[in-house]
Amino acid sequence: MSIMGTRVVRVEDPRLLTTGAVYTEDLRDPRLTGALHLTFVRAPMAHARILSIQTADALAFPGVVAVLTAADLGMEPMPPAMPMFTQTMTTSLLATDTVRFVGDAVAVVVTETAYQGQDAADHVHVEYDHLPALIDLREAASDAVLLYPQAGTNTVFAMGPAELDPELFAGCEVVVTQEIVNQRVAAAPLEGRAAAATIEDGRLIMWVSTQAAQDAKGAICRWLGIEPETLRVITPDVGGGFGAKIGADPDHAVVGAVARHLGRPVRWTETRSENMVAMTHGRGQLNTVTIGGKRDGTVLAYRLEILQDAGAQPRIGAVLPALTTLMAPAVYAFPKVEVKARSVVTTTTPTAAYRGAGRPEATHAIERGLDLFAAEIGMDPGEVRRTNLLPAFTEPHTTATGAVYDTGDYAVALDKALAASDYPALRAEQERRRAAGEEKLLGIGLSVYVEITGQAPASEIADVELRPDGSARVLTGTSPHGQGHATAWAMLVSEETGVPMDRITVEHGDTDLIPVGGGTFGSRSLQQGGAAVRQATRELVELARQRAADLLEANPDDIVVDTARAGVHVAGSPDAGVSFAELAAKEPLQVHTTFTSPGPTFPFGAHVAVVEVDVRTGKARLERLIAVDDAGTILNPLLAEGQRHGGYAQGVAQALIEEVRYDPEGNPETSTLATYPFLGITDVPSFEPVDMATPTPYNTLGAKGVGEAGTIGATPAVHNAVIDAVAHLGVRHIDMPTTPMRVWSALRAAEAAS
Amino acid sequence: MQVTTTVNGEARTDEVEDRLLLVHYLRDVRGLRATNVGCDTTSCGACTVLLDGESVKSCTVLAVQADGREVSTVEGLAAADGTLHPVQAAFRQEHGLQCGFCTPGMVMACVSLLKDNPRPTEHEVRDGLEGNFCRCTGYHNIVRAVLVASGQDPK
Ligand code: FES
Ligand code: FES
Repeated sequence: MSIMGTRVVRVEDPRLLTTGAVYTEDLRDPRLTGALHLTFVRAPMAHARILSIQTADALAFPGVVAVLTAADLGMEPMPPAMPMFTQTMTTSLLATDTVRFVGDAVAVVVTETAYQGQDAADHVHVEYDHLPALIDLREAASDAVLLYPQAGTNTVFAMGPAELDPELFAGCEVVVTQEIVNQRVAAAPLEGRAAAATIEDGRLIMWVSTQAAQDAKGAICRWLGIEPETLRVITPDVGGGFGAKIGADPDHAVVGAVARHLGRPVRWTETRSENMVAMTHGRGQLNTVTIGGKRDGTVLAYRLEILQDAGAQPRIGAVLPALTTLMAPAVYAFPKVEVKARSVVTTTTPTAAYRGAGRPEATHAIERGLDLFAAEIGMDPGEVRRTNLLPAFTEPHTTATGAVYDTGDYAVALDKALAASDYPALRAEQERRRAAGEEKLLGIGLSVYVEITGQAPASEIADVELRPDGSARVLTGTSPHGQGHATAWAMLVSEETGVPMDRITVEHGDTDLIPVGGGTFGSRSLQQGGAAVRQATRELVELARQRAADLLEANPDDIVVDTARAGVHVAGSPDAGVSFAELAAKEPLQVHTTFTSPGPTFPFGAHVAVVEVDVRTGKARLERLIAVDDAGTILNPLLAEGQRHGGYAQGVAQALIEEVRYDPEGNPETSTLATYPFLGITDVPSFEPVDMATPTPYNTLGAKGVGEAGTIGATPAVHNAVIDAVAHLGVRHIDMPTTPMRVWSALRAAEAAS
Repeated sequence: MQVTTTVNGEARTDEVEDRLLLVHYLRDVRGLRATNVGCDTTSCGACTVLLDGESVKSCTVLAVQADGREVSTVEGLAAADGTLHPVQAAFRQEHGLQCGFCTPGMVMACVSLLKDNPRPTEHEVRDGLEGNFCRCTGYHNIVRAVLVASGQDPK
């Protein structure tokens, strides 16, 4: 019986539930025996020139082996890795002369124990000359204060037309415009960043908590100026990443630099308070949407102006507007779409990918914008969406911004979500509460989304070996950190070969073993890594059939797979067979292959959120989230639903609760888990996922990505629901997170205006 | 200072620094590294263990405070033959864990919750686990796992 599409529990779990995983901090590898502990000394202010660094006091503390600065380690400013960024915005691994955000790394203290590092780090005395903070995005865009004076601009990256089209909204009966904040949030994986390093036979060996070892290796080599063959990166268990652990950070490279400098093993695990200021943040866009159309609900033109907060350094965050731009046309047949984007530096933690990375922002902007348009013309939000949706298509569809959607049936997704939520009944209940003057109002919010998954890289490797002892080993270029690849990839191999799942091991994340691999991000793993595993397994079975034909003196065409024996036999004579193990005993049975997708895939769906808003306090509570997410054919519903649930929660968190905040001087106000409103278990209900599966033709699994769908769909649906609850009181828009204070203030403002 | 504790049934005396946190004692002195540290403000619950049967955040307890007391961690939960404890089994069955970082603390918190309330409602499960953060699961399957572990049908 096929296990494809069935709920297979994870092979990973018994270990994680009994002895626990082995995260970087848990490593007791003999090569790390006696490892020193590294503690960063970080800037306590947003922007300053470094006048001097005095290390003598710290050096006198017990257990201190070294206190090192950029000068000690020979670190020089380097241009950003991405060629489209302003190249004169140079940064070094440890600050040389200027710090640009609270948390910027200035020096490291190296000690025998971790506790000693905390003691000594406070006694590295850095003399600073304050420079002005730069928090506001418009002010940053004005270039009045420059973070990199030599660049002459705060703009890292820009795209779109030089001039906006003055005729874009010509002929529109209605035009609405709104500035919409897509606030900065923390990825906050429960395991923060960590690394360990040692020197072995002249090579640097690094263990990094990462989503992509091969990317990490490339980045660290570049930063340290070392050759690829002199570095090996190994990925221990990883406690979540959500995009913020793609590749390596400069801080990881510092760990490697110190191990090289001292010639001794070194380890570093950041504290949570360090994580909240020094791990990259996500989102951080200020979007201006303008929608024009007719009173019958037809949208004629859509403009999106994006101002992205890159934070203090040109990192991945600065390029996110490219994805927001690509996905701006969304699920709609708008005749005209115009997008203009710009990323600027500010004196805040650098931004980078966070679950969705640029696509949630696109969906949020249009879905919030469409509700504003619907409110303006007095039309139901569901109707406005239906009026403008692209019709179903099975041949690739090219959008105004050049995305090529593989397949889509958005109206069905919307209908399913509306039906599953009993939308008319919800509207009736909303009306009843309003009419009765109840204090707990009901809000209903919709979103219809399409996202891009598996965008880059397009290829992934797999290496499958069937062994003489009847076991199988899979090497994958993907890098699971909670997704369950060991289970999913084993299902794929077991399905084709009959090798039992508990005899299949899956390895990842060691650059010596797997020099080429794309890692896990952008919802790429199953559709590329999984597709590669299936391709490798099928090639392997084919190889086995050829070899068995020789052995059994039969025509290869007559050799059929016999999963019951984990081998093959001659068609029609089950006794004339040979197991894969027996074949492997004669000659190694192994295939290494690369799968390349013809293009990225475009999962889609529709969410309905139901919130209750207390008009007295402004408190919004999510009551229900009904979510249709079409990620193509599902391999293991247990894993796919897990991904969806996690995404919903992070989406809800952004809509209602979470925000990274700075005061005007650039001091972080949310730098611990006591001050950052991390979404807890009482903040969400159980979710209501609804199934829909339109296979993609781009891989034999029919699979698209699912890891980020929840976040992309949930945020705008929940956000819209909160505003919908109070719309009849004259509230038009409230920015996220829709905290009680914000909702209450909006209600008071509406009251005053009426 | 000297500390004598029984951890998962095994009694031992160790010489420790006064300020050593219980979680670091368990991890670095006793070598039980399933229990994790997720924060430095007693917020996340990743470090939850049982101290004389009551759940505590072991990042907020000094090792010396465990002197003369019993500590239980997730490593001691399964039967000697490897059979998973009902909470562990339910977490696997319901996919209540992804990256696994919150899991050892979460499982111990659930064990404590079910000891106090053997058949909790969904609402009671959520209330009872308020001090334990998970970034991966959206809590959905953790709630289901607790209901299943208590012999209820989560539907
Ligand atoms: S480590 Fe977070 S509460 Fe103990
Ligand atoms: S499973 Fe990753 S934090 Fe809970």
